Amino acid sequence: MLAVALSVALSQVVRADDFQAKLLYCKTCHGLSGQGYHGYYAMPRLAGQQPQYIENQLRAFIEHRRRNAIMANVAHALSPSMLSALAHHFRALDPPPLSGRGPGSAMGKRIYEEGLPDSNVPACSACHGPDARGQDQIPRLAGQLPDYFYSKLVNWSAERGQNSSMPDSSAVMGPTSHNLTKSQIAAVAAYVSGLR
Amino acid sequence: MSVVSGSFMKRVWPKLVILAILCSPVSSRAGSSIAASVRNCTWCHGTGAQGYTVAPRLAGQRSLYIEAQLRGYAAHIRDNPLSKQYMWSAAANLRTDTVRDLADYFASLPPKTAHDGHWAFAERGQAIYLQGIPEANIVACLACHGPVGQGVREIPRLGGMSYFYLKRRLEEWGQGYHSAPASPMPLAASTLGPDEIEALASYLSFVR
Repeated sequence: MLAVALSVALSQVVRADDFQAKLLYCKTCHGLSGQGYHGYYAMPRLAGQQPQYIENQLRAFIEHRRRNAIMANVAHALSPSMLSALAHHFRALDPPPLSGRGPGSAMGKRIYEEGLPDSNVPACSACHGPDARGQDQIPRLAGQLPDYFYSKLVNWSAERGQNSSMPDSSAVMGPTSHNLTKSQIAAVAAYVSGLR
Repeated sequence: MSVVSGSFMKRVWPKLVILAILCSPVSSRAGSSIAASVRNCTWCHGTGAQGYTVAPRLAGQRSLYIEAQLRGYAAHIRDNPLSKQYMWSAAANLRTDTVRDLADYFASLPPKTAHDGHWAFAERGQAIYLQGIPEANIVACLACHGPVGQGVREIPRLGGMSYFYLKRRLEEWGQGYHSAPASPMPLAASTLGPDEIEALASYLSFVR
């Protein structure tokens, strides 16, 4: 009985150490406060992100639904319990946005709040929320790195929904990403990146 | 020269030749206003700024990185022993526009590949560079330094730098020395063991 209790306690200690080590590994690239980082590639802000979204994305890398060579390697090494614990950790972090509002943010705000009816672009706020904090599987956009945001939307159909045998919710964004021009995407990026 | 040949000249003569090579092309390649400053750099960093013994290659380095490091020496942020010994004083009295001119000048020089690592470790180094070792919480270097170690903005070019420089820098991160404020490198290097450092430094020394 004592031995079992000890081994349970011991394994929890090890798991806590493993979790902290893995967390530092994430933050090496995604910023020490999860605020994102501009490396050779833009590495997204995770702070304040919806846990269900992070979890779904990490699984998407593993299941080849989302294409990204670096993150596929990273996610493959995560146990299901580690993956879930990491996804929940970032929710509580609240560093200021890495970038302030960029040029074009006024147009971006209008697109975000009203959409572009003539181009079949719904208001972003309808799903991502008026404050861009997302919910459940719908990601938070507030404070996201503008260059990350831009490259994701421009390449949406080449990166998301890549496993035809496992269709996922990323399909929702496909038409909208195509109906936005690059300058409109840049404008929305400039707007949401400045939101707290 | 043969008249004065002795052990002293045998030791010094090759160095004089190197110094003559170092100094000759500089004044014609750089603008006259920074020629003296460039000479101060190439004295240690070598002809064409390709690096020489402990002084790293500057040719082809990212301009913003050189600028940031020169500011870091002057502010005593970059604090490893050789930086303290040589670069703190070298960078102490540089004007802002001189720093920028020097950075642009060295960034414009074509870099040569060092080729001085251990070839046997290069393949493992490439795998770590491109993929990291997720099970050991070792991050993929390319996320910040680019697919072929080219660097970007204030993130340095690593491809083709000398094995000895790369190895020493990676070791120093783990020993607690600093470079730039908020740099992720102390964390990134903290999970690297001697074998991984050996492999990475070897691989990068061969990258064009």
